[in-house]
Amino acid sequence: MKFIRFLKESFQIVIKGSPRYYTWLAFLFILIVWGASGYIQQLKHGLLVTNMRDPVSWGFYIGNFTFLVGVAAAAILLVIPAYIYNWKPIKEVVLFGELLAICAMIMVILFVIVDIGNPTRLWHMMPFLGKLNIPQSLLAWDTVTLLGYFILNCFIVGYLLNSLFYKKEYNKKLLTPLILLSVPVAISIHTVTAFIYNGFAGRPYWNSALLAPKFLASAFCSGPAVLLILFQILKKTTNFEIKDEAIWKIAELMAYAMFINLFFFFAEVFKEIYSNTEHVVHLKYLFVGVGENKDIVFYGWASLIISIVAFLLFLIPKTRKNPITLNIGAVLIWFGVYIEKGIALLIPGFTPDTMGQVYIYRPSITEIKIATAIFAIGFLIFTVVTKIAIAINFEGFNIDTLKRKKATSA
Amino acid sequence: MSIQKTTFSPKKVDRRSFLKAAAATSSAAALAACGDKAAIEEFLQRDFRSLSKEKIAKIIERLEAEYAQKYGKAFTVSTKEPIPETFFGYALDLSRCIGCRKCVYACVDENNQSRDPQLHWIQVLEMEKEKGVDFIDANLYYDHEEVPHEGHFYVPIACQHCKNPPCVKSCPVGATWTDSDGIVVIDYNWCIGCRCCMAACPYGARHFNWGRPTLPAEDANPNTHYLGNRPRMKGVVEKCTWCIQRVREGRYPACVEACPVGARKFGNLLDKDSEIRYILENKRVLILREVLNTQPKFYYFYST
Repeated sequence: MKFIRFLKESFQIVIKGSPRYYTWLAFLFILIVWGASGYIQQLKHGLLVTNMRDPVSWGFYIGNFTFLVGVAAAAILLVIPAYIYNWKPIKEVVLFGELLAICAMIMVILFVIVDIGNPTRLWHMMPFLGKLNIPQSLLAWDTVTLLGYFILNCFIVGYLLNSLFYKKEYNKKLLTPLILLSVPVAISIHTVTAFIYNGFAGRPYWNSALLAPKFLASAFCSGPAVLLILFQILKKTTNFEIKDEAIWKIAELMAYAMFINLFFFFAEVFKEIYSNTEHVVHLKYLFVGVGENKDIVFYGWASLIISIVAFLLFLIPKTRKNPITLNIGAVLIWFGVYIEKGIALLIPGFTPDTMGQVYIYRPSITEIKIATAIFAIGFLIFTVVTKIAIAINFEGFNIDTLKRKKATSA
Repeated sequence: MSIQKTTFSPKKVDRRSFLKAAAATSSAAALAACGDKAAIEEFLQRDFRSLSKEKIAKIIERLEAEYAQKYGKAFTVSTKEPIPETFFGYALDLSRCIGCRKCVYACVDENNQSRDPQLHWIQVLEMEKEKGVDFIDANLYYDHEEVPHEGHFYVPIACQHCKNPPCVKSCPVGATWTDSDGIVVIDYNWCIGCRCCMAACPYGARHFNWGRPTLPAEDANPNTHYLGNRPRMKGVVEKCTWCIQRVREGRYPACVEACPVGARKFGNLLDKDSEIRYILENKRVLILREVLNTQPKFYYFYST
């Protein structure tokens, strides 16, 4: 009952805002409607409206899915120091990291739904309802871990905000084990997602033991990069507070993660080029092209160069602590990892295909429309829940002030 | 290497198909009343292997009525189980194949594949004799006046019906499995269309219905199997079933019959006197991508 009251009061917070807030919501709403029209087309004509075909059977949707699983998993980068080492400056913002994780998970689930040929049959892969091919299928495992992580984070965040709203001490015996549990679950969602690709022996580009470690390393860059940018925006536009030390610490951790990511990348490049087996063709497709097909060469190099520049910006303390170079670095990392997951990971895995044929894949307008709508939904939910969290954390929105308000108005 | 792109064209309606459609509409009106109920039943339908005999019978009845109405002729949808003591194998003679693609189109005719967009279960690769079996330099889209083209040989590839199939392993909902006669089948009503199996298959054997498959009524083959050549819906994966509707009746797959040079051999691996056993024991045999341990039951051999 109390939680329902909390939701009711939160709803009041959500519907009241500045003109800028309403404009932002309206903008997102327009994007959602625009994208939804694309999805209606897709429902009618099938995935034919995408540019995916048999040779490249996963594309923009699954690329975004993979990237966002990384963003969701990266919330733990903040949880670990905050809770285990009790490092105060970060602890205050962990909540927002978890909110981001929840929104990323919603987008992840939506990207799976739009990628599936028969969305009405989605219940076939729901635990208990359908029939999950466990322990064999990695996608079945991924469904379980993703749902588990989503529910876990929703509970933790809901419980925390509810406690803060009622000014109650939260039950540490309940919450601490759950937060600790979320750490291995976060690692597992990204590991299992990597294992989906990794497990295809017939796709040598993905069939490398370094894939899962690389996924984690790059997620530890991209997730916090998204957070850093969001924190700066929130700081400018709302009453959100964050200490500079916290931002610098996050940036430092990102530098280490990016180093590991780049090191893994070079280890793979060495293995492929030095052994020079027929499998090198996929890496060639990414960096020099195969025959006349050089479609993604630009992205291959862009992702690499961007990542190296961002790494240097985060490594050098002077540029890490300068707000301008810090933000440039965060944006670069975001782009670098987005290109890496969306294009550099996915497309060469399918090109040339198992029969040695090259099909040039570029997302169709419909794919871009639908993806835009999903991102807009994610941002919309993040905006709303963050508004509630900021009100509770920084604007004194709680049960006492509400009671006082009611008393004065009466 | 070449590039193919399936284009999306709206369905054309000519006079004949219009009249047919009009005739169908009258019977459709009768069926419409129970149409919603059928749609709900179909939505709630469990996977094939966990259905009771009675439920399967009901589903078959529904499907046969639906197809008869749609294609204007009587359909049979068999659910015939594997023949005991049977384990199928397939052999293809690389020294004979001339790359004419007769098998490709015989397969399309037999198995009710979509005509637009075109979907082929058999892909014929043209390879250079100098290079041997080499996929990277193979050409799927060769187009010569005459075949075989000088200096080239041909490798037709369809589902290899692996003993250790990576596709079956990858399916999150168990919509694909190996039956006891060794045929890898798909339950089109349980497949969610996630395409994991397509990423998993090292032979490009699995194909997806990106759009609504179109099958002109006059081209439809009414002798079907539930796990094989019955008309498919959009958003599901399909592949070669060795003509399950034929081989479980003791007939040869359509491609075996269509091959003008007799390059295709099919039989029971458990039968010591079969042609397929003779080939495996006496000819030079190779399987594709042996290193992956998929253990295909599709063998390539050289008779000369």
